[in-house]
Amino acid sequence: MNPIPLNHFVIFSLFLFSIGLYGALTRRNVIGILMGIELMLNAANINLIAFSRYVSQSPETGQIFAIFVIVLAACAAAIGLAIVLAMYQNRKTVRAEDIHILKW
Amino acid sequence: MTEFLDQIFIIAKNGALNFLGVFLPDWMILLARILISVVTLVAIAPVVMMYMTWLERKVLGRIQNRYGPNRVGIFGLLQPIADGIKMLTKEDLVPKNADKVIHFIAPMVIVIAPLLVLAVLPFGRNLIAADLNVGLLFFLGVSTFGVIALFMGSWSSKNKYSLLGGMRAFAQMISYEIPMLLSVVPVILTTSSLSTVAIVEAQLQGKWFIFTPWGGFASLVFFLCGVAEVNRTPFDLPEAESEIVAGFHTEYSGMKFALFYMAEFISTFAISGLAVTLFLGGWDGPGILPSWFWFGLKTLILILIMIWFRGTLPRFRVDQLMGFAWKVFLPFTLGNIFIAALWVSLPFPGNFIADTIGITVILTLLQVFNRKEMPKKRKYLCAN
Amino acid sequence: MEFLYFLAKTGFYATALVTLGSAVLVVTLRNLFHCALALILCLLGVAATYLYLKAEFLAMIQILLYIGAIMTLLIFAIMLTNRLADQSVSQTNRQSLPAFALLAVFNVFCIASLTAVPWKINPASLTAPIDAKILGAHLMGTYVFPFEIISVVLIIALVGAVILGRTDQ
Repeated sequence: MNPIPLNHFVIFSLFLFSIGLYGALTRRNVIGILMGIELMLNAANINLIAFSRYVSQSPETGQIFAIFVIVLAACAAAIGLAIVLAMYQNRKTVRAEDIHILKW
Repeated sequence: MTEFLDQIFIIAKNGALNFLGVFLPDWMILLARILISVVTLVAIAPVVMMYMTWLERKVLGRIQNRYGPNRVGIFGLLQPIADGIKMLTKEDLVPKNADKVIHFIAPMVIVIAPLLVLAVLPFGRNLIAADLNVGLLFFLGVSTFGVIALFMGSWSSKNKYSLLGGMRAFAQMISYEIPMLLSVVPVILTTSSLSTVAIVEAQLQGKWFIFTPWGGFASLVFFLCGVAEVNRTPFDLPEAESEIVAGFHTEYSGMKFALFYMAEFISTFAISGLAVTLFLGGWDGPGILPSWFWFGLKTLILILIMIWFRGTLPRFRVDQLMGFAWKVFLPFTLGNIFIAALWVSLPFPGNFIADTIGITVILTLLQVFNRKEMPKKRKYLCAN
Repeated sequence: MEFLYFLAKTGFYATALVTLGSAVLVVTLRNLFHCALALILCLLGVAATYLYLKAEFLAMIQILLYIGAIMTLLIFAIMLTNRLADQSVSQTNRQSLPAFALLAVFNVFCIASLTAVPWKINPASLTAPIDAKILGAHLMGTYVFPFEIISVVLIIALVGAVILGRTDQ
């Protein structure tokens, strides 16, 4: 029985990454942008694990780095959401385009 | 004979599969093997839940010095069926402003989590639906998933009471998750495996983890956090019947409410089952009676303790609840991991002594740092 | 038996479809809470993908951490910053069309170059069993330095989040 070809996993993670990138570029709500970032991190994780299973000599490396990526994603989400809450308390808005005082 | 009784379910399942194997192809037999376990679990869980509600009403009644339901059958045994008929025939109201899709799927999702989790409990020797090698992590992960479903239910009703109940439930459940997960870590440390079957097999012949110093306290913490996770009294602020109407399931009626209720009781059964597996030796017991009988008996005892809590203790206030989780349970479970590591690494008399010293130190530190919350000595001014 | 393997493989394609579909829903729905629920479905799909890659421990960690912790945090934040007036406005800004075009070009380019590389598959690592014990041994052995740094990062993130989210009193 053949395993699922590596290319399929890579293409899947590529699509997930680009959907996440689209979300991070185009959403107005800051929390929406954060969701896009989470999608991108997940796509990178799938890539890490797929490559470590198929190509690498040490299959546990990808999984360990995927654990690190999940932990860092949690930190990023926590701090990002703390910033969102602070923004909401000060400016009463959660839209990225309303924070423009420092623009020219 | 005892061997036959012990393995009676496995023998029945193999007999059925052999019978089917005559005229079905191989891959269908594999699917049938899985389906038999799954269908049995999904069929038994609601029956267990129904008779748990009967047990609760009877025992609660007796604690409150009255009979429980005794009209519907002998000892009220048909009462759950009457309750089921009542709930099925009630009108299904959906508020006009509610988010229809989420309102509809929230009760379904909240029942899925406890049902899924029953697959990794070892009900007896060889009697487990799915022997995953990360079974314990599966249990804990899927039970955190139930929290999201609860929130979906409270948010979709667009009702201030249910939102308040939902937020309280949410905050309570996530605060109590951390001590629950940490109190399980010493068990994983000792058995160096995440599989529930391996954990039970490390406790055979009476060497249950509850008899070790770290295990006794860890099982207490796990059990109390489990009670908090299923939102039962004394932690049942989210559904405080006297305070916020019915909390997060205010706007649900009929079958959807029955599903919320079912989720709570099946969660109770699952958490008791897991506490038995992790700390009380699972299906271990003297060989005269079958192994699934011992599992059932121990789980029943833990469920009776939960019902006893409900009949006796008043409800916690929200700040007391949170303070308890973060200031008492969390430091204790963190110290407990260290103590369990001492137990595993030192030889026999040394580890007992080190553990007792360690636990005394931790408990003293907890008392010292929490002394502002300790109740002062009461002065009773009563007539003589 | 071949039929079962065929079923298992189509399961992967079904999971991938569900994951990508819910990811599209995440970036296009208007109601932010529905987006969060679609993200939960997407993360479940990713956990299923990890199961197809025989990384069971990581799949359970994904459910426990991502869905159990990060998504509850996100839902809490959505709830606390929800304003009813925002529902009727469009959720995407002016850059949606250029972003879409650029990403389509990027995808085509990447697929063309990635499928042209002859990856050398190592069959031993396809079937090597990895469980929590082996991962733990490596985390405490070869990778102890990043592990310790991650714990420091977690503490910094915790303290930072508490300070940032504090209201001025």
